[in-house]
Amino acid sequence: MLSQQKLYFALDAEAFGNFIDVLKDLGYTVYGPAEKDGAIVFEILDSIKQMPRGLYDEQSPGRYRLTKKDNQRYFGYVVGPQSPKYVLYSPQHLLFKVRKDGRTFIPQPDGKKIAIIGLRPCDLKAIEILDNVLLKGPYKSNAYEAIRKDALFIAVNCVEPGNNCFCTSMNTGPFAQSGYDISITELLMNGSHVFILETMTNKGTEIVSRLKCRNATEEELNVVSKLMEDAKNKIRKKLDVENLKDDLYRNIEHPNWNEINNKCLACGNCTLVCPTCFCSSVFDSSSLSMDVAERWRVWDSCFSIDYSYIHGGSIRQSIMSRYRHWLMHKLATWVDQFGTFGCVGCGRCITWCPVGIDIVEEASKVRD
Amino acid sequence: MKEKSTLETAQEVEVEVMRKFSVEEVFKETPDTYTLLLKPLDKKDYSFVPGQFNMLYAFGVGEVPISLSGDPDEKYLIAHTIRVVGAVTNALVNARKPKFIGLRGPFGNGWPLEKTKGKDVIIVAGGIGLAPLRPAIYYILKHRKEYGRFFFLYGARTPNDLLYKKELKEWKSRFDMDAFITVDAGDEKWTGNIGVVTTLFKHIKLDPNNTYAFVCGPEIMMKFTVLELRNQGLTDDKIYISMERNMKCGMGLCGRCQFGPYFVCKNGPIFSMDQINRFFGRREV
Ligand SMILES: Cc1cc2nc3c(=O)[nH]c(=O)nc-3n(C[C@H](O)[C@H](O)[C@H](O)COP(=O)(O)OP(=O)(O)OC[C@H]3O[C@@H](n4cnc5c(N)ncnc54)[C@H](O)[C@@H]3O)c2cc1C
Ligand code: SF4
Ligand code: FES
Repeated sequence: MLSQQKLYFALDAEAFGNFIDVLKDLGYTVYGPAEKDGAIVFEILDSIKQMPRGLYDEQSPGRYRLTKKDNQRYFGYVVGPQSPKYVLYSPQHLLFKVRKDGRTFIPQPDGKKIAIIGLRPCDLKAIEILDNVLLKGPYKSNAYEAIRKDALFIAVNCVEPGNNCFCTSMNTGPFAQSGYDISITELLMNGSHVFILETMTNKGTEIVSRLKCRNATEEELNVVSKLMEDAKNKIRKKLDVENLKDDLYRNIEHPNWNEINNKCLACGNCTLVCPTCFCSSVFDSSSLSMDVAERWRVWDSCFSIDYSYIHGGSIRQSIMSRYRHWLMHKLATWVDQFGTFGCVGCGRCITWCPVGIDIVEEASKVRD
Repeated sequence: MKEKSTLETAQEVEVEVMRKFSVEEVFKETPDTYTLLLKPLDKKDYSFVPGQFNMLYAFGVGEVPISLSGDPDEKYLIAHTIRVVGAVTNALVNARKPKFIGLRGPFGNGWPLEKTKGKDVIIVAGGIGLAPLRPAIYYILKHRKEYGRFFFLYGARTPNDLLYKKELKEWKSRFDMDAFITVDAGDEKWTGNIGVVTTLFKHIKLDPNNTYAFVCGPEIMMKFTVLELRNQGLTDDKIYISMERNMKCGMGLCGRCQFGPYFVCKNGPIFSMDQINRFFGRREV
C-alpha cells in the first residue's frame, strides 16, 4: 500500500532526460541502464539517449534474452548480469604500490560522487547486505566506504517481475521499502507516460525539487497501488524461508548434495552475477627490475579450487562441496555471520548458470 | 587488572596499511623452518596476545598469515617461526637486510589465558603448531602461580623436526610443568618417546572438571587429540583449537577463511570445540 504520509510527484517521460542533467549539474557521475552485447548493464550515462526503450528481458534457468516490444517504456526489463557491486566494489582495485626501499603509495579515493539510476528493490537490499559485510567491522573496506558514503540511489519499482525473481520470499521486493534516495514507478496509461517519484532522504527531495514535477493525481496513485498488488501476485517462484537455516545445517550431509556433481561446472558465474557475493583474492607482482611492487584486490569465487587452498591441497576438492559452501553461505551461514540471508531473490544466479541450476530447487532437495 | 595490558591489546591498530619491519635475525630451527626476529622500522612498539597472527608480506611475492611465536612482553623484536612450503614463505625467510618485510596485524583472538587462571592447563602441539602456542607457554610460565597444573605434549615427525630444541630441554627439566615430547620416527640418537602425539596421553591423568586444553597442529592431529581429551573427560567447552584456512586479508573482508558460519581470521583462529563441533572434522567444509 502507498503511504499516507508521503508525497508523490509525477514527472512526464519527456522531462525524464532532465533528471540526468540535474544529477550531472550537482556533480554526480551518473550510472544507469544501457544495452550492451545483448544485455542490460550499468554504464556511465551522459544523456537519456543511452537508455534502452521498449526492451524486455526474458529469463528462465540458463537463459536471458532481450526482446523489443511495441512501446517506449524505459524500465521494462528487471535485472541484467551486472549488479550494483560492479559500481560500488570494483572487480579490480589497486591496494598499494610499494618501492624496494619500503616507500608506499596508497591510491586515494578520487572524491567522485556517484548516482545510480534503475536499482531494483532486490539490489537495494543487496547494497544494505554489502554494507554489513564491508563496513560494519571489526574492519572495513576503505575503498567501498569512499564510494558508498555519498552515493545516490534511484530505485525503480518492479511492475513486471521476471520469471526467476523470488523477492517476495526474501522480503526484498518487488517494491522498494528502504535504502533509496528516490524511488520511481513507471506508468504507461491511457496514452500517457509518467514516472511517479517518491523520496526517502533529504538529498532525494532536494533533487526532485529541481525537476519539473507536479503532484501525482489520485488516479495515478490508485494505479500504482494496483500495480503493486499485481506485481506481487505475478511472482510465482517461492522459497520457503521458515526454518531454512536450521534445515540446511541439519542436512549438511544430505545425499542429494551429491547430485550437483553431475551438473555444476564450477564456472563461478553465479558468484559473479550475485549482488552480494563479496569474496576477493589479491594479486602481488613486481616490475621486472624488482623496484616497484603492486597489490591488487580482485573478485574471487568460492567455486575456484584455489579459494580454499592450504598447503597440501584445497579443502573443498569436490564440486559438490563448493556448491554446498555457496548455497549454505547464501541461505544459512550468512544469517549467523551478518543477521540476514545472503540472498535477495534477484534470480541472477539461476539465469546466468550455463546449465540452469536453480538455487530454489536445490535448496528444497536437501531439506528433509 | 595488570595483566589486561598484555592480554587485551588494542585491535585498533591501523591494519589496512602495512608497517615495515627489518629482519634482525634468522634462526634455523629445523631443515625447513626458521624463526625470524623482526624489528619495526617505524620504531613504534608492537604488542599482541598469545595466539594471534600477522599477515607478512614479501616484496612483490605475496602475503601470508604467520603466527606470533615470541614473548608477548617483547615489544621491539617480534618473533615468527616460518616453515618454508612455497613461494611466499621461501621469500620471507630470505628477506635479509636491507630489505623489509611488510606486516599487518595482529589479527585474530587469543588463547583464553584470562579465564583459565586458577585452572589446570594442557597444551598439545603438533609440528609447526607449536609456534602459536609458544607465547602462551611463556605467559603461563611467567604467571605460573596463577595457574594449576600445567601439561605440555608435543610431537614432531623426526627429532630433526623439533622446534625450539633448547627451550624444549628447559621445559622438560622444570618441576612446575609436565612436558612430554615424541616423534613419529626416531633416529639412532633419539632415546625419547616414539609415536604420534596422542600416544603421550597415557602418561597423564587430567582432572576433567578443572582442565582447559589448547591444541594446535595439523587438522588430523587435532581431531585425534580432541578424541583423547574427551576420553579423559574434558567437555567441548574446555577444549580450544587453532584453525587454519586460506587467508587473503585477515580482516573479515575477503571471505576466504570461512569455516561454517565463522571467519577464521576475525572470529578465530582459536575456537572452543563447542563452537565448532558441528563442522570440525567434517570433510570439505
Ligand atoms: C592463522 C594462521 C597462522 C599460521 N601460522 C603459521 C606459522 O606460524 N608458521 C608457518 O610456517 N605457517 C603458518 N601458517 C601457514 C602459512 O600461512 C602457510 O604455510 C603459507 O601461507 C604458505 O604460503 P606459500 O606461498 O609459501 O605456500 P604455497 O603452498 O605456495 O601457497 C600458495 C598460497 O596459498 C595460501 N596458503 C597456502 N597454505 C596456506 C595455509 N596453510 N594457510 C593459509 N593460507 C595458505 C597462501 O595464500 C599462499 O600464498 C598459518 C596459517 C594460518 C591460517
Ligand atoms: S557464496 Fe562464495 S563467493 Fe559468494 S560470498 Fe559466499 S563464499 Fe564468497
Ligand atoms: S582472511 Fe579474509 S575474510 Fe578472513
